[in-house]
Parts: sequence; structure tokens; C-alpha cells
Amino acid sequence: MLAGAAAIFGLVCALLLLAFRRRGADQPVSATAWIVGGGLLFPIATLSALLGYGLIVGEQLLPRADSATLRVGAEARRWQWTFTQPGTAGPIRTRDVLHVPAGRPIDVELTTRDVIHAFWVPRLAGKMDAIPGRPNVLRIEAHRPGVYHGLCAEFCGAGHARHGFRVVAHDAAGWARFQAGEAP
Amino acid sequence: MKALRLHRAFEAIWGTPAGWRGSLATVNHSTLGVRLMVTAFVFFLIGGVLAMLIRAQLATPGSAFVGPEIYNQLFTMHGSIMMFLFAIPMFEGFAIYMLPKMLGARDLAFPRMTAYGWWCYLFGGSMLLVSMLLGIAPDAGWFLYTPLSSKPYSPGINSDFWLLGITFVEISAIVTAVDIIVSILKLRAPGMSLDRMPLFAWYMLVTAAMMLIGFPPLILGSILLELERAFGWPFFEAARGGDSLLWQHLFWLFGHPEVYIIFLPAAGAVSTIIPVMARTPILGYGWIVAAILALGFLSFGLWVHHMFTVGIPHLALAFFSAASTLVAVPTGVQIFAWLGTLWAGRPQMHLPMLYLIGFLVTFVLGGLTGVMVAMVPFDWQAHDTAFITAHLHYVLVGGFVFPMLAAAYYWLSHFTGRRYSYTLGKAAFWLIFIGFHLTFFLMHLTGLLGQPRRIDTYPEGVGWTLYNLLSSVGAFVMATGIALFIIDVLLQLFHAPRAPRNPWRAGTLEWAMMQPPPSYNIASLPQVHDREPLETAPDLALSLARGEGYLALPRNGWRETLAVDTKSGRIDHIVVLPGNSLLPLGTALVTGSFFLLVLLKLYPWTLLPLAGLVVLGWRWAWVLGDKHAHGELPIGRGDHAPIHAEVRDSPGWWGSVFLSIADGSLFAALIFGHAYLWTVAPNWPPPALVTASLPVVIAGLLGAALAARRSSGVTVTGAGLGLLLTALLLTAFRLAPSPTSHAYGAVVAVLLAYAALHAALALVICCFARARRRAGYIAAINGAEPRIARLWTDYAVAAGAIALACTHLPALLS
Repeated sequence: MLAGAAAIFGLVCALLLLAFRRRGADQPVSATAWIVGGGLLFPIATLSALLGYGLIVGEQLLPRADSATLRVGAEARRWQWTFTQPGTAGPIRTRDVLHVPAGRPIDVELTTRDVIHAFWVPRLAGKMDAIPGRPNVLRIEAHRPGVYHGLCAEFCGAGHARHGFRVVAHDAAGWARFQAGEAP
Repeated sequence: MKALRLHRAFEAIWGTPAGWRGSLATVNHSTLGVRLMVTAFVFFLIGGVLAMLIRAQLATPGSAFVGPEIYNQLFTMHGSIMMFLFAIPMFEGFAIYMLPKMLGARDLAFPRMTAYGWWCYLFGGSMLLVSMLLGIAPDAGWFLYTPLSSKPYSPGINSDFWLLGITFVEISAIVTAVDIIVSILKLRAPGMSLDRMPLFAWYMLVTAAMMLIGFPPLILGSILLELERAFGWPFFEAARGGDSLLWQHLFWLFGHPEVYIIFLPAAGAVSTIIPVMARTPILGYGWIVAAILALGFLSFGLWVHHMFTVGIPHLALAFFSAASTLVAVPTGVQIFAWLGTLWAGRPQMHLPMLYLIGFLVTFVLGGLTGVMVAMVPFDWQAHDTAFITAHLHYVLVGGFVFPMLAAAYYWLSHFTGRRYSYTLGKAAFWLIFIGFHLTFFLMHLTGLLGQPRRIDTYPEGVGWTLYNLLSSVGAFVMATGIALFIIDVLLQLFHAPRAPRNPWRAGTLEWAMMQPPPSYNIASLPQVHDREPLETAPDLALSLARGEGYLALPRNGWRETLAVDTKSGRIDHIVVLPGNSLLPLGTALVTGSFFLLVLLKLYPWTLLPLAGLVVLGWRWAWVLGDKHAHGELPIGRGDHAPIHAEVRDSPGWWGSVFLSIADGSLFAALIFGHAYLWTVAPNWPPPALVTASLPVVIAGLLGAALAARRSSGVTVTGAGLGLLLTALLLTAFRLAPSPTSHAYGAVVAVLLAYAALHAALALVICCFARARRRAGYIAAINGAEPRIARLWTDYAVAAGAIALACTHLPALLS
């Protein structure tokens, strides 16, 4: 997309530059060629291809029912995140840290106690809003163990800039320890 | 010497008397256009200072320059000011000043409305400034998302300032849009058929139409949110059946077309200036017109691309993603028409052209990132990050500020009569251009690195520090460029030598007059034969000044201009425009006192300004017109035409039609809100529906039928409206559930209030029409007044019937 955009931008700049260079050239300019060719056919062809690609990618990112998927709850409030998930000895609640197994898709069910927030871990997935009265689900996946920074992307008032959290992705051993309720 | 004699005679009729009283009463479009532009520019500078403060805060991590409470006010006000108090009024002012001149008319169709619009804008804008000075400015973002902006989370008066101040300013935008649209369709030089109109008029025609459709949803949303905040009617509160997404839909239903509303006038300036710079006619006039129409239409189908992350099903997102990419096509058509024009001609590198190149480069980049964020998966990453901040500034600064700067340099000598003679403008351009790209290009990168929008601080060591610092440096470079531009314009205003008329040798009619223009624009109206009248007749200005066109003889002290048949441009009638008056100022003051009383929560007192508005509105319409018929009057060149009071499609009729379209858009948005909540909102169905009552429905519909009958007299129409009104009020006060119990009750109450208000309004208008006929006014007997009364009666009947159906039917059926 970046390369395509750069190429189109280069083309427009070149055409603009040449318009000033060719001053004095007298061959008539065809309105149809410029407008139908440049303004209609060219964008329609490029955009259709891009749109199709975008929709396919978007479809692949959607959360789908799957036995391997772990479902966690994320409740946002001003200015805190509370995560809930099943553990071996009953539900585990964590505050401002979300523990997940690496290499497994996670469905995060987003709710809010007050205003609209948005759950975003830039390195794991896109973002999704937490909206009063409408639970949303976002699919994330950490391919490697590690700590990933997450933040609230929807403006939520005075504490918005500090409304962050961490996602800790565990390897198999670490995940087992977490589920058993041991401090990670 | 005939020209000088005519000049004096017309100046006596059209001029503004000296002194403060004259300044307060003037309705002259040139004066008001300049006032709007100057006011808008002042707001631009204020918004710019806010931007500088934002950049100062973000220049370093962990900055303690301002706290989040102030910072939130800063960016909320920056966005609101730039959108509502700079961009829209700026192009409105430009159109108000320029359109009559380009179209070969002496003023706009509704001069008093022009003045009223300016006063409303000034007062509404001042309200917001006062809030800022008091430190209680709106702080919930320029988009004011609920529930953050609702009472529990924004208990202060801050959001009320936004809702009321912006609605006040929107009133100005609506009346100006009606003014512009009727002027373009009717008040043109004879012979200027639609396909001979300057492209700028096409752009403004579509822009004004979009304003009429696009602004009412926001006005409605603001009314609903203010009702929720003031009285606890839960339109947007999920727990009581409301939905915060309804606000987002209403806001972006306005907010996306808004982007094109801002871009189109600027593109109109581009399409006007480029052919002059390239010394050739524009390439593909018809294509451009088609592109503008397509853009206007498409822009209403893609508001959801601001809401890709709210959890709407992917299939629906696919539709809006497609519409968002499709909108690039008409834009592409225009860009290639401009490039082709430059290829076809011999472009000259004058100062306006330099700014236009700045526009093309910046805007194309903004368009390309626009296509990127139209891709749903990309937007899931980029949404609400600095990448979007960068994109929208490329589009708005690229698509509006650069063209307007080009326009400023292109038309400045029209305002001043002086020749451009300094080179500061070039230095200003480079500072603005380099500063802009330094600031905003880097924001793409910080956005991709994960920096969200609207944060007042960020930690060190996440890789944003250097980019942010450079962005801030760029912002200050850009500000220096703007300062240089101001100095340059001031120098030109006071020191530059006199310019020859039409210094660019352009072909459009605005150059066929003295510069600066006299109050009446042209001593006589030209007969137009093609798109560039000055190209074929370079001496047109002189011949018009000598009175060789239409309406060259001052008559009865009337302010006369011609109305033409919309399509063909054939002469239709003479419009006698109203003169200077204090009514616009008075009406704006009374309107303002209404908003002020609501702001201060003195609700019972608001009845006073409401009654005042009825009285002033009555007077507004009453003071015009004549009690005896004039018949066909000579208009010069051997032609005759009646005056507007004696024809049935006078500007007043057209104005009513377009105003009712805006009104209908608001009503449609309300019905949409009702249906949306019913079908999509959580916590439905409501605990209780309206208690259906067949007798009330039948009485209401009977009243509607009586009022709608063409053949009945005013008494029967009035009785019908009265019956309809009674049915609506009975439903509201006896049968409907409490508006605070559930969003259903709230939306029903607003529906009924809307319909009742219109029934009452139609009643007043019918009384007015009857009083005018009794008093013997020609316009009320042979003219458009009965037709206008009929229009508003029919509107009230339709609104009343729909409101009754929406409230009673669900209960009757269940």
C-alpha cells in the first residue's frame, strides 16, 4: 500500500513538473484521455484491487468460534482495566495486566463501566471500542512470549493518557503456573 | 461622465451610511463577506495559538506545561474552532463576497439573512471564546462523544457551551446556505444558463445543498444531548434504552460531509485560478460538474468509516469501506482535470500558482493516506492515532488552507485595488509548506509507532520523543510563515501601488467592476453569451459602468437586480432587495438571548425571546412589499419584466423551499434516531408504549386533512391546524410515557414537540398571509405569499401525520 501510494504520488508530481517543463509544446490535450484515463479508469482499477485485498484481510482478522481460543473479559473504567479469565481453581481477576498464553488466539470481550474506551495492543492486533451496553469482541494473538504494552485509544477524559495496561504472554510452563494461581 | 453620474446615483441607493449605526444596519454582501472572512481569520489565529500550545505540551515526554484538564480544553477548542469558526465561515464569507460578482448580480437573494448569519456567527463564536477565557471551555473533544460528554462524566457547563454555541453558529450556516443556493439558482446575469456558470458557482451550489442536508443531523444531535444533560432525557444512556452510538451516527452523518463541505469551496477556487494561471480554459468543465455532484452525493454514504472500531459487523463495514474508496474517483477526476489544464496551457509561476502546487502535493498525499484508512484492517491499527491526525491535517490544510492562501493572493487586488508587489509571500509559502510537512509527515510515523490521539503526555523511551520534538519545531516554523503572510497582506493593503483592473486577465465577471468594488457592484447587468464573458469582451467593465447593460436606471430608490430562469438564464423578473436595517442585529440578539438563557438554565425565561422571535419574524416579512401593482417595468435594452412581488416563484418562495428541505433533513434524522434506537439500542423494548387512542388519531388526521385541502379558506386551514395541534399535545401530555423514564419516551416527546411546533408555526404563517391580504399587499394577493403559507402548512400537516403515526401505530398494532 505504501509503495503503491508512493508510486501514485510520484506520478502526480512528475505530471505537475512536466506541465511546467513542456510550456510551449503545442499538441492539443485531450480531455477524455486525462479525465477518463487518469481520473476514472486508473483509480477504479487500483481501488477495486485494494478494496478486495482489504476485505479479505479484514475477514481473516475476525474472531471465529474455535476450540483453541481462550476467552477473557476486559472491563474498562476510568482509569483502570480489569481482566477476568478462567483458571484451574476458579476465575482469575487481574488489574491492568492481562496474562495470555503465547501462540494461541485470544478473544477479548470488551465492556465498560462508564464512558467509551478502546482496547489496543499495537503489536498484537487492531483496536476495538468498549461501549456502554454493547459488549464487543476483539481477537488478539501473541506469537512469542513477552510483555506487550497496551493502551486506551478512545479519549476518555482527564486520565486518558495514563489509561494503559500490559499484556504478558507466557510460554507453556509460565502459563501453567499462572493458571494454577501462582504469582507469575 | 455618464459612468460617474450613475455611480453616484447607485451609491446613494446601495451605500452604507457612515457611522456606527450604518455599520450595524448594513446588509451589503461585500461588507458582510469581508467581515465574515476577517472574523474567521481571527478565529484561525486563535485556533492556531491553541495548536502551538498543544505542540508545546507534546514537544517533550512527561511535559508539565499544562495539566490534562487544560490540555483537553486546548485540543477540543482547537478542533471546534478550526472546523466551525474558521473553515466554514471563511468560505461562506468568501462566497458571500464573490458569488454575486461572479454571477453578474448586485447582491445576494436575502441580504438581511446574510447580515443575520454574520451576527449569529459572531455571537455564537464569542460564547465559545468567553468559555475559554473563563477556563470552562468544552473539554470532551470536538466530537463530544457521549457518555463522556453526558452529565455524569461532564457535570460542568463546558459541554453546554459547545452544544449551544455551535448550534447558534449552525443557524448562521443554514441561513447562509439558503441564501447562497437561491442566489446561484436565481440571481444571475441574463443569458448565464447553468452550463455557462463559473465553476465556482457549481461548487458552491453543491456545497450549500450539502450544508442543508448535512448540518441538521448535528443540530438535532446537539438538541438531544442538551435535553439529556438538562432534563435527563436518556437518548444516549444505555441503561435507560439510549445508545451512545446514536450520537456517533448523528455526529458523523454531519461530520463526514463536513469534510467535503470544507473542501469543495476551496476546490472551486482552485478550478477558477488554475485555468487563469495556465492561460487556457479549464479542461473538462462537464466532467468537473459531474464530479462535484458525485462527490456531494457519495459524501453522505461513508460516515461510518469514522466508526470502524465500534463493533459494527464486518459486512456493513465492507459497504462503507467501498464507499470511502469510491469517493476517491470524483476527486481523481478533478485532480486530473487540473493537471490536464496545466498541460494544455502555458502555466505561469505566479504566487497563487505556488500555493496551488503546495495544495496539490499536500492534498494528494492526504488523499492517499485517506485510501489507506478506508481499508478496514489498516484502520483498526491507525484509528485514533497520530496517523489520523496527520491524515486529516493533510486533507484539511492541504485541501483548504493552501487553496485559500492561493485565493487570497489571487483575489487580494480585488479587495484592495492594489497590485501585488512584495516577495514576502514566497518566503511565507516556503515556511508554511516546510513547517507543515515537518509537523505532520512525522505524525504518520508516531501514529504507526502507536501514539494515540488526545494524550496530554507520554513516557520516555517508547520511540516517540524525537519525532514529537521535530513536529513541534515544524509547527512553529509554520506559524512563522502565517505571521509573514499577515505582514505581507497588511503591507499590500496600505502600501502597494494601484493595480490595473483585471490584473490576471481573467475571464469571469467579478473582474468587470471597479476594484475595490462599489456597494452596488455593477452599474448595469451584462448579457452573458459564454463562460468567460471578459475573454470575449475585454471592455465589458467600461460598458457596464456606462450603463449599457440591464437595470442601468436607478428607480424609486429601489435596490434592483435580475432573477433569471434557473436553467436557461432567461430574464424572469426584477428582484427588489431590502435595504439596510437593524432587524438582523435585533433578531440575532434575541436569538442569542435564547441560547444564553438556556446556557444559564433559566428555562422559563426562554419564552420571552421565543415570543420575541415570532414578533421579529412577523415584522421581518411585513416591512417588505408594495400595496399597488407595477406590472411590467422597463429594464433596459428594450426588455420588460415584473417585480418579484408580482410573480409566484419569487426568491422568497425558493428560500422557503430550501429552508423546508433543511428542516426535513432534521426531521428525517429524528425519525432515523427513533428507528435506530428501536431496532439497535440495548435495553428495549421500553416498559410502556404510548397509550394508543383511536379518537385522538382520528381527530388529528381529520385536522391534517382539513388543513391540507387546497380549496378551503384560511379559517378552515387554521381550524384544521388547531385540531392537529390539539391531538399532538394531547398525545404528548396525556398519552405518552414520561420522557425521563426511557429513551422511547424521550424520543416520542421530541417527535411530538417538533410536529406541534410546526403546526403552531404554520398557524402563525397563515394568519400572516391573511393579515397581508387584508392590508392589500400585492405579494399576498398575486405573489408568492399564499404559496409560501401553503408550503409550510403542507409541511406541518405531513410532520403532524407522521408524528401521530410513529407514536400511536406501534401501540395500536401490538
